[in-house]
Amino acid sequence: MTGAPVSESDLQAFVDGRLAPARAAEIEAWLAERPEEAARIAALRQDRDALRAAYAAIAAEPIPARLAAVLEPRTTPAWRRVAAAVLIFVAGGAAGLAGGYYGWPDEPERRDVVRAAIGAHQVFVPEVRHPVEVGAAEEAHLVQWLSKRVGHPLKAPDLTASGFRLVGGRLLAESGRPAALFMYENAAGLRITIHCVSEPRAGETAFLYRKVGDVSAFYWIDEKLAYAVIGTVERDKLYEVARAVYAALDKK
Amino acid sequence: MSGVRALVLEQVPALRRYARALTGDRDRADDLVQDTLARALSRLHLWRPAASIRPWLFTIMHNLFLNERRRSSRMVPLGADPAEPAADRADSRALLDDLDRALGQLPDEQRAAVLLVGVEEMSYEDAANVLAIPIGTLMSRLSRGREQLRRLLDGDGRPRIRRVK
Repeated sequence: MTGAPVSESDLQAFVDGRLAPARAAEIEAWLAERPEEAARIAALRQDRDALRAAYAAIAAEPIPARLAAVLEPRTTPAWRRVAAAVLIFVAGGAAGLAGGYYGWPDEPERRDVVRAAIGAHQVFVPEVRHPVEVGAAEEAHLVQWLSKRVGHPLKAPDLTASGFRLVGGRLLAESGRPAALFMYENAAGLRITIHCVSEPRAGETAFLYRKVGDVSAFYWIDEKLAYAVIGTVERDKLYEVARAVYAALDKK
Repeated sequence: MSGVRALVLEQVPALRRYARALTGDRDRADDLVQDTLARALSRLHLWRPAASIRPWLFTIMHNLFLNERRRSSRMVPLGADPAEPAADRADSRALLDDLDRALGQLPDEQRAAVLLVGVEEMSYEDAANVLAIPIGTLMSRLSRGREQLRRLLDGDGRPRIRRVK
């Protein structure tokens, strides 16, 4: 029996069951004389148990493949190898590719760009009356305007071979930087968007894939621009579109 | 997979749980875990094998989380699903949403203290080290965080005041 005064830290340690048995007994006796305080401590325990129970399910889930893959740097998911190979084929050379590709996971700043692009996609694609600021009828003006604002010559790629026609485009502010959004639509009314924003650290990466909810995105960096192709489409289908975009942009 | 990588892998479920509770967003949480793993691998040489790998990984995650918070003011938030009335959904899912919402109202440093100690069951010493604060500071953040959470919840994780539809 120490008889030391009961501090708030003692009470927290009591909640956590981390007191030596003798001290815990003292706290229990102390609480027995203070019903209000005892009720508060009981509530803190219940809240803690509720948190523990609610988040336990997440720890019980199987480890997502993309996380396990980080710990196995030598094995790359098959589709990424294919994507990288295709890009090498399309670009006609692999210089700089490997560095950019493996360097990616360490650069969360770049992922902000694709998050912002997916956010913009989700905001503007459902728009019925004003999906774009400048329509496809004024394509030349649209491209010239967005190129000027983004600071690099842009192109609205021709995706008719993939079944998509240009709806138009708009200027976005992404992380305080001007970004261009081009919107396309197919005969079924399905819309995809292409985002272009200047990339301070010029380079090249392979196609990277990301999915948020039911929205898929492929993104890559080519020279001084970062691109994202976004749509509520299966990965393979979107990959085809992304390849078409890449190919169209490459024809300077 | 080498021994150290296997040790790291063992911690992934706990890292995901902590990241999910910390950020309140599934997707952002796994990004945080991914960044944590990548950074940990690039710094494995800094880890002293005598020390437990768990607090070391959580420290890396905490620092990345703070960096992300600093950047996030410049970011378009990718909001979670628009809030539907929680009562309309499965009970466990509704409870999780309520807890996310309550945790989200705590300051970052209190939320981290409550989760590291209460959910991750980390020792006070380890939790203080992860957050780079003295134990006394940890205890006061823990106390204030739990107290605010108690005011937001009614003791079994349910919000004290149900939202009105």
